[in-house]
Amino acid sequence: MNDMTPIQTTLKDWESDQEVRWCPGCGDYAILKAVQRTLPEIGADPAKTVFVSGIGCSSRFPYYIHSYGFHTIHGRAPAFATGIKLANPELDVWLVTGDGDGMSIGGNHTMHILRRNLDCQILLFNNEIYGLTKGQYSPTSRLGTTSPSTPGGSVDRPARPAAFALGAGARFVARGFDVSKNLPEVLKAAHAHKGAAFVEIFQNCIVYNKDVFDDFAAPKGAEANQLWLKHDEPMLFDKGTKGLRVNLDHLHLEVVDVVDGDWQAAGVVVHDVTNRAVAHMLVEMPFGEFPMALGVLYDDPRPTFEAELLGQDARLSEGKAPDLAKLLSKGQTWTVEA
Amino acid sequence: MATIIANSETPAKTGESAVPEAVVVRFAGDSGDGMQLTGGQFTLSTALAGNDLATFPDFPAEIRAPQGTLFGVSAFQINFGSTDITTAGDAPDVLVAMNPAALKTNVDALKPGGLIIADTGEFTKRNLEKAKYESNPIDDGSLAKWQLLAFDISAQTLESVKPFGLGNKEALRCKNMWTLGLALWMFDRDRGPLIDWLKDKFKKNPVLADANIAALNAGHAYGETAEISSTVARLNLAPVDSLPGLYRTVTGAEAISLGLVAGAQLAGLKMFFGGYPITPASAILHNLVKMKEFGVTTFQAEDEIAAVCAAIGASYAGQLGVTSSSGPGIALKGEALGLGVMTELPLVIVNSQRGGPSTGLPTKTEQSDLYQAVYGRNGDTPMPVIAARSPADAFEVAIEACRIAVQYMTPVMLLTDGYIANAAEPWKVPDPKTFEPFPVKFLEEKNGEDQVLPYKRDERGVRPWIKPGTPELMHRIGGIEKAIDTGDLDYSPGTHQAQTDARKDKVDGVAKGIPAQEVSLGKAGGKLAVVGWGSTFGPIHQAVRRQRAKGVDVSHIHVRHIWPLPANLGELLRSYDKILVPEMNTGQFKTVLRDQFLVDAQPLTKVSGQPFAIAEIEAAIATFFDGIPGNAGGDDLVPNDTQLPSIKAVNP
Repeated sequence: MNDMTPIQTTLKDWESDQEVRWCPGCGDYAILKAVQRTLPEIGADPAKTVFVSGIGCSSRFPYYIHSYGFHTIHGRAPAFATGIKLANPELDVWLVTGDGDGMSIGGNHTMHILRRNLDCQILLFNNEIYGLTKGQYSPTSRLGTTSPSTPGGSVDRPARPAAFALGAGARFVARGFDVSKNLPEVLKAAHAHKGAAFVEIFQNCIVYNKDVFDDFAAPKGAEANQLWLKHDEPMLFDKGTKGLRVNLDHLHLEVVDVVDGDWQAAGVVVHDVTNRAVAHMLVEMPFGEFPMALGVLYDDPRPTFEAELLGQDARLSEGKAPDLAKLLSKGQTWTVEA
Repeated sequence: MATIIANSETPAKTGESAVPEAVVVRFAGDSGDGMQLTGGQFTLSTALAGNDLATFPDFPAEIRAPQGTLFGVSAFQINFGSTDITTAGDAPDVLVAMNPAALKTNVDALKPGGLIIADTGEFTKRNLEKAKYESNPIDDGSLAKWQLLAFDISAQTLESVKPFGLGNKEALRCKNMWTLGLALWMFDRDRGPLIDWLKDKFKKNPVLADANIAALNAGHAYGETAEISSTVARLNLAPVDSLPGLYRTVTGAEAISLGLVAGAQLAGLKMFFGGYPITPASAILHNLVKMKEFGVTTFQAEDEIAAVCAAIGASYAGQLGVTSSSGPGIALKGEALGLGVMTELPLVIVNSQRGGPSTGLPTKTEQSDLYQAVYGRNGDTPMPVIAARSPADAFEVAIEACRIAVQYMTPVMLLTDGYIANAAEPWKVPDPKTFEPFPVKFLEEKNGEDQVLPYKRDERGVRPWIKPGTPELMHRIGGIEKAIDTGDLDYSPGTHQAQTDARKDKVDGVAKGIPAQEVSLGKAGGKLAVVGWGSTFGPIHQAVRRQRAKGVDVSHIHVRHIWPLPANLGELLRSYDKILVPEMNTGQFKTVLRDQFLVDAQPLTKVSGQPFAIAEIEAAIATFFDGIPGNAGGDDLVPNDTQLPSIKAVNP
């Protein structure tokens, strides 16, 4: 988030005049709406908002938001965002990427923008497939994914974006999914975080990887399969009948039954978004044995890259007048007389 | 560099009774011996003495190669004198060899009768073996054609720093200052500035400062002893006849950094520099970090790609984006440069060329990235390219790159090379008040009927620059083909044709805003034009000057604007019977000239990692006049395959 005066806008103000070109039924539509719903609520100013993207289905996103937008090259959006933010820290920078763009070709830049903690929101649309190139498996595809490039099923183990982000030093990690009604709340929290805010958004690719997230995202069974984390609240799911506690003998999380709502008795952990150790456990939790951890997993701000860098520059230049003539004649000089 | 005096006399040779007009000294030693530092300080004292000069630092890619080995030799050559100097000199008059390996790799370059100063303390059995000497050259008579001044510099140094209680290793590190002291005596130089510099350099360790100063003084005192003055004549070269004014020495990397800062100031912009460490380009980043008060932000990115992308991001946000690298890094930046051309954002890319392909010769010079600069991107991706010809020229060229970038909303590639980047020459400090500003005007209001048209072109085909943050002008840009004016996504056939043409026309149009090509030396029309670009300026200029002094009808044309080429260049080239293009690659500019003008440009190529020798270019010129096909015309040349270029490299 940037420090800005809130502006009054409506969802309509954030719709660009461009025809949206995603496949009908694509999860991206829902994410677009969630973002367009969020922006007025946070008082964002279209003139000071910049959406930056790389290449892929998700990266078409900036064309559909009525703000400043830069559709760049594959995987490099974090680097462009860095230049933009350093050149003008007053801009509110949103970065839209995908699992191929952000975790594969651009994995290096994703790592470094998080480590540096540039103030921006990073929305990684994870559909576990390459959509725009017609369906090849991606670095987040599950083991055994059959695709045009892996007819016998993929054999490489998937990357996990949230775990990657935390490992890279992210100070804000959240998860949501395209059609979730909670997505705007997650986006608002990301925006409220000063620094690089990483949001993994599971997104349904209706053509090449249809319903791959139904195991936890489908309305049926959602209560049992989704753990929505809230700061200062116990980690409960399945209508409060189950929770997570820390097994102190082996130092890992485990699912416990909660009887009559007495979560204290069951030893359920209270979520503290600043607890990095617990965040590591949450992003590593295998789905199936555990519910899918969603919402804000971790949020503990640190000074931002641009504040540190530009602040240091300002300190170093303090009291120095930009005198070009003096600069050019620096060092040992001599004069040739006429 | 002082102004070129077209017909001044050829520098006289040493060994003659009179004081020569120019002398070439080469310091050579182990890469840990501090030869570059010695050379740098000798350069400064030379400049302060008012001599014109040119230098050529030549060092291995290894930071500390195994001691005493042939590949670990680091050398620094300086050509200085009371006349106009434009090259580091063909063959040294004086060679300072700090060990057997340095002697072996450099002595063949020395002029017959030249002086060798050798440190016998390093000519041990072990070091001789490492240098692959079967017997000690100091006493086996193999150095008979040169003057030899061999004595134990190591012992002399140890003796001179004894009072400071340094360890043996630390004490021997003062050897380079001892040697420098002797060199300063030889050329009658003031030690004052160097003593000041040592005090400053070792201000945290005054003992080391004192030890180095003692070594320096001891070397100088040694020169005054009788046995030396009988062998070596003490030379005091008169100051060069330069234009009046304030001077300093400048390397290409310094001049480019200063030029970029000046360029951004003239445009009224802050500058954003994105870089990633690479030899020999890193020096620009190191210089710019010290210029923050000029609104310079420097960003050491995670890789070459991020460096250019961040710079483009900064340009998009309204600063002057700059990135710099060497060939392999420029290759990585290629896709982003295409985006810069496609989105039409200003950007300056500095390529400090080195020997290629791949990692190639990281510390050696070459001009082989010209194709990469002009053609090296996917799609029809026109980009202006300009080249610096010398360290001092790099300053103006950097300003020119900034001007073209912001006035035409385009990435501009600035070509320099390892030689220019590291070499130093005197520079008449320009007065910033004489610079022509080119202030940038951002679009502040809608330029269409109630809408913003980010790709609406002006009469030169240039689109407006719109900073994010400007109210009401929200719009989207990207790498996909775009509709005329609106910039909306549109890759219909007609649009792509029209936009490709528009991008090409815009860059072609840059030629209308650049000066007509001049003849550097000689006249328009005649028998032969020697056409160069970049750092070959010095040797070409001297070769043409010498040949013209002999009455040969040859002229020198040196091209700064590589793409687009100056509008009159084709006509100018066609006014000569023959065209010779010397370049440190296999003939790249020659191809561009042939392609653009259908002229019979003949190549003179060299890729040994070393600059051209004047004699090599003279020899090539001679082939156009002596009527003997295949005769390189250099019969009196001493073949030399070691460090400086050999006649074998001349292959017209």
